[in-house]
Amino acid sequence: MIHRTGIALAILLLAALPFGVGGFGVDLATQILIFAIFALTIDLLAGHTGRVPLGHAALFGISSYVVAYCVVTVGWPVLAAVPLGILSATAAAAVFGWLARKTTGVYFLLLTLAEGMIVFGIAFRWSSVTGAENGLRGIPRPPLVSGQWAFYWLTLAVFLLVLFALWRLLRSPFGATLRGIRESASRMAMLGYDVPRHVLLAFTISGFFAGIGGALYALYNGFVSPATVSLTRSTEGLLMVIIGGSGKLLGPPVGAALIVLLENYASLWTDRWPMILGGLFVIAMLVAREGVLGKLAALTSRRPSRVTSASAAPSTQH
Amino acid sequence: MMRRLALACIAALLAAFPAMAQQEPIKIGLLAPLTGVVAAGGKDMVDGWNLFWQQHGTKIAGREVEVIVEDDASVPDTALTKARRLVQQRGVHMIVGNLLANTGLAVAEYVKGTGTPYFIPIVAADDLTQRQRIPNVIRVAGFTASQLTRPLAEWALKRGYKNIVTISQDYTFGHEQVGGFVQVFSQGGGKILQQIWHPLNSADYSPYLAQIQSLRPDAVFAMENGADAVRLLDQWSSFGLKGQIPLITTQNSTDQSVIRGMGEQALDIVSAGHFAEGNPAPATKAFVEAYEKAYGKLPAMFSAAMYSGALWIAKAIENVGGDVEDKDKFLAAIRATRIPESPLGPLLLDDYGNPVWDVHIRRVVKREDGKLWNVPFETFPKVSQFWTYDPEEYLKKPPFSRSFQDISK
Repeated sequence: MIHRTGIALAILLLAALPFGVGGFGVDLATQILIFAIFALTIDLLAGHTGRVPLGHAALFGISSYVVAYCVVTVGWPVLAAVPLGILSATAAAAVFGWLARKTTGVYFLLLTLAEGMIVFGIAFRWSSVTGAENGLRGIPRPPLVSGQWAFYWLTLAVFLLVLFALWRLLRSPFGATLRGIRESASRMAMLGYDVPRHVLLAFTISGFFAGIGGALYALYNGFVSPATVSLTRSTEGLLMVIIGGSGKLLGPPVGAALIVLLENYASLWTDRWPMILGGLFVIAMLVAREGVLGKLAALTSRRPSRVTSASAAPSTQH
Repeated sequence: MMRRLALACIAALLAAFPAMAQQEPIKIGLLAPLTGVVAAGGKDMVDGWNLFWQQHGTKIAGREVEVIVEDDASVPDTALTKARRLVQQRGVHMIVGNLLANTGLAVAEYVKGTGTPYFIPIVAADDLTQRQRIPNVIRVAGFTASQLTRPLAEWALKRGYKNIVTISQDYTFGHEQVGGFVQVFSQGGGKILQQIWHPLNSADYSPYLAQIQSLRPDAVFAMENGADAVRLLDQWSSFGLKGQIPLITTQNSTDQSVIRGMGEQALDIVSAGHFAEGNPAPATKAFVEAYEKAYGKLPAMFSAAMYSGALWIAKAIENVGGDVEDKDKFLAAIRATRIPESPLGPLLLDDYGNPVWDVHIRRVVKREDGKLWNVPFETFPKVSQFWTYDPEEYLKKPPFSRSFQDISK
C-alpha cells in the first residue's frame, strides 16, 4: 500500500515538474529521462545479465539516424520514421547480440566496443547518407508534442512505460534466468538453459528499448551527429549505470540524473568539470561500489525500523 | 496566482519606467570549446574576444555588456544544451562563437526556432550562409570554407602551375576548402592529378608523400588542421620534398596555432587567408601588438576573428542605441554595419549573411626576433563566398563533398 502511494506520488511529482522549474529545467529533465532510458538498456545487460556492453550508443544512435534520415532526406512523416528507427535498432541489436552471445567478461566488452566503433565509422564516413561529422539536422517534432512541456510529458510517459516493462520483465521467469546467467552461466547451462539464446534475447530487447530512447533523442535535439554513436556516449551510459547503482531498476535513472546535472552545473563553475566527473567516479568506486542507490539501501537497511521511501526501492533484488 | 501577480507587477514597472529596462545589462552568450578535441582553439577564441572588451570597456550606449562563457566541449549535443541554457535560463540577447562545424550547425538549428541572433566568426560550414541559411544566423567576421581557397587557385594558375595534387583531412571542412580550390583551378585550365583524403589524426604521411612524389605535380595543395598540419609540414620536410615541390595550403594549415613551435619546416609555405598576422595594415598591426603584449604570443586566426566579431557586434549595438531587445532592428543593424578597418581588413556583409573579404596570399617568413609569421604579398580584393559566380546559379549546385568537387575536365 505504502509502495503504491509512494509510486503514485513520485509519478505525480515528475508530471508536475514543469510547473516548478524554468524552461531550461524542463529541457534538462527531458534529457535526463532520455538518458535514463539509455542507461536502463545498458543495465539490462550489465547489471541483470552480467554482460557489460561498451557499444550501446550505437544501438541508441542507429535509431536516431534512421529517424533523421527518413524524415530529413526521404521526407517521411515522423510517426512513420520512429517505428522504423526502433525496428532498425532492434535488428542491429539482434546482429550484435548474435555475434556476442557466447562471450563473457572482457571479450564481451571488447566485441561490443568493436561493434560500436563500426557503427561510428559508418556514421562518420558515409557522408552521402549520414552527413558525416556534420550529421543530419532539421528533424521536426510532431505538432502535438512540439512544445517543451508536451515533449517532456511524452518523454516521461515513454520513460514510465519502459520502466514498467523492464520491471515486469525482470520479475518474470525470464528475468530470473538472466540473473541466473549473471551469477553462473555454467550452472544455468547445466540446468538446461540455453545461455547464448538468453543473452541474445536480452541483447535484442535491450536494443529495442535503446531504439525507443534514440528516436526520442532525435526528436529532442532535432539533429543527429556521430557524437550520438560515439564511444564517449557509450562510456557515459555505463558511468550512469555504475554511479546510480547497477542491477537495481532505479539505479540507472538516478545515475543519469546525477551525471547530466553534474555536467550542466559543474561546468558553470569550472572549465575543468570533466575532472570533477572523474573524481566523483573514483570516489564512487572507493566508497560506494554498489552505486548511489546501493549505498543508500545499505545505509538504510542497517536501521530496519525506518521505512525506506517507496519510490526509491521497488528493487528487483529482493 | 502569486507568480502571475508578480509578473503583472514587473510588467507594470517596466511599462512605467522604460529607462529602467534600458539599464539591464546586454547579455551575450559566448560558446567556445574549452574542453575536448579543439580546446586549444577555444582558448584562442576566448583570448581574442576578451582582448577587445579589455581595450574598449564593457559599456556601450549606456548599457553594461555582460558576457556569459559556456563550454561546448567540442560536442554538438553539449553545444545545443548550453545554447538552450543561455537562451532559456540566462536570457541572453545573442549567442556568439562555436568552433567546430557540427557544433555550429546544432546551435543554428536551435536558434532557428527561437530567433535568437547567432553570430559565428569561426564556423565555416558553407551551407550556413548558402543553401540552408537562417535569417538570424550571421557569419559576423566569419568566412565560408570554400571562399578563401579560390583566390589561391587563381594565384596558382597565374603562377603557371598546371598539375596539382590535393591532400586533405577527410571531413566536410576539408571537402569544402579543397572543393573551392579545385573548382576554380580546373575551370582555369589546371589539372587535378589526384585528390588524397586521409583520416583525421594521421600519424604517418609517408604513403601519401611517396604517392605525391611519383605523380610529379607542379605543386601540392594541402588542407590540414591542428596536429595533422604540424605532422605534414614536418614529414614534408624530412622526406626532402621541401624545396622540390611547392606546397601551398589553406589558411589554417599555417596558422599561428600550427607554426608557433615550428622551425625551418614551415618557412616559405604559401597560403591564402583573410587574416595575416604579418600584415602591415595599421589595424592588424595594432591588434597583433596588443595581443602579443597581453598573451605573450602571436595571435591565431581564431583570436583575430573573435576580436573583429566583437568589434562588429559592439558597433551594431551602438548603432541601435543599445536596444538589442528588438531582434529585427538589431539584426538589420548588424547587416548594415560597415567597418573600414579591423584586424581582418574592412568588414562588410554580402546579401547572404557572409562577409566579403580582401583575401591575402601569404608566405611564412621569419620575423626579426626569429618567430615565424604569415606575411601577405598579394591581395585579392572583395572576394565573395560565391567568387565570380552568380549566387542563384551557384546555389543550384550540390554542396561540396568527397564525391562532389566540381572539377571541370
